[in-house]
Amino acid sequence: MIGLAHYLTVAAILFTIGVLGIFINRRNVILMLMAIELILLAVNINLVAFSAYLGDLTGQVLAMFVLTVAAAEAAIGLAILVIFFRRRGSIAVDDVNRMRG
Amino acid sequence: MIAAIAFYLFATLTIGSAIAVIFARNPVHSVLWLIVAFFNAAGLMLLLGAEFIALLLVIVYVGAVAVLFLFVVMMLDIDFATLRTGFSRNLPFGFIIALVLMSEIALAVSAYKVGPAFKGRDIPAAPVPNIVALGQLLYSRYLFAFELAGLILLVAMIGAIVLTHRSRRDTRPQTAWKQIARRPEDAVKMLNPGVGDGMKL
Repeated sequence: MIGLAHYLTVAAILFTIGVLGIFINRRNVILMLMAIELILLAVNINLVAFSAYLGDLTGQVLAMFVLTVAAAEAAIGLAILVIFFRRRGSIAVDDVNRMRG
Repeated sequence: MIAAIAFYLFATLTIGSAIAVIFARNPVHSVLWLIVAFFNAAGLMLLLGAEFIALLLVIVYVGAVAVLFLFVVMMLDIDFATLRTGFSRNLPFGFIIALVLMSEIALAVSAYKVGPAFKGRDIPAAPVPNIVALGQLLYSRYLFAFELAGLILLVAMIGAIVLTHRSRRDTRPQTAWKQIARRPEDAVKMLNPGVGDGMKL
């Protein structure tokens, strides 16, 4: 019998994989963005699982908003990446502190 | 029984492809594994009865976000080999962080007492189809948040265009207003040269 705990376990593992992806790909911004997408996917699975088992649709509405923000974040992040690459010719994030802001 | 098999199939495929995303050598493969992960997560959400979210996941993530990633990965001429230099150095630290996070989640979950609402409960049957119910909720109670989501997308779109737009000096584009303003009497001249006079332009 598949219960709520199963879905939460999958989401927790996915979240951890996303965090691990951010930590091991410290230089590659594209992979970091993908890891953030994985984290948001894990959050979405959590929201939808709770929503389904509670019989309350609010969680799914919230998952939709998370999806919206994830799409916007990916678009803006990749746009910043493109102009960064145009200026510097590389996307290594180690040199991003060039501006000393 | 079928549901359990489907759940374990989707769950293992989701987690396996997520691992492949962060460990793949080639970023293009990473994006493709990301698409596999999204498809299987959509399957998980179908099992939960959230059909609209599942389809949205396929349309938005696979159709838009993953293709955007693919575009950027293929468009930029990036030397990915040098970007992996710190990979093995970061690996132990990353695993420690992941282990700590995982054990924290496990501790929190095991300390949490499941309320009576969840105890051995199956997914309650929905009285109306998922999409109908979600639409009724979105267009009544969460209308303001829904409009705000649209505004966020608009701002993201304009932001992405403004960020990546550049006016290039090395191209010679058409000046449309000049072409439109050109009249026949300015452009065409009737000449009637005599024989052997030649033409003066």
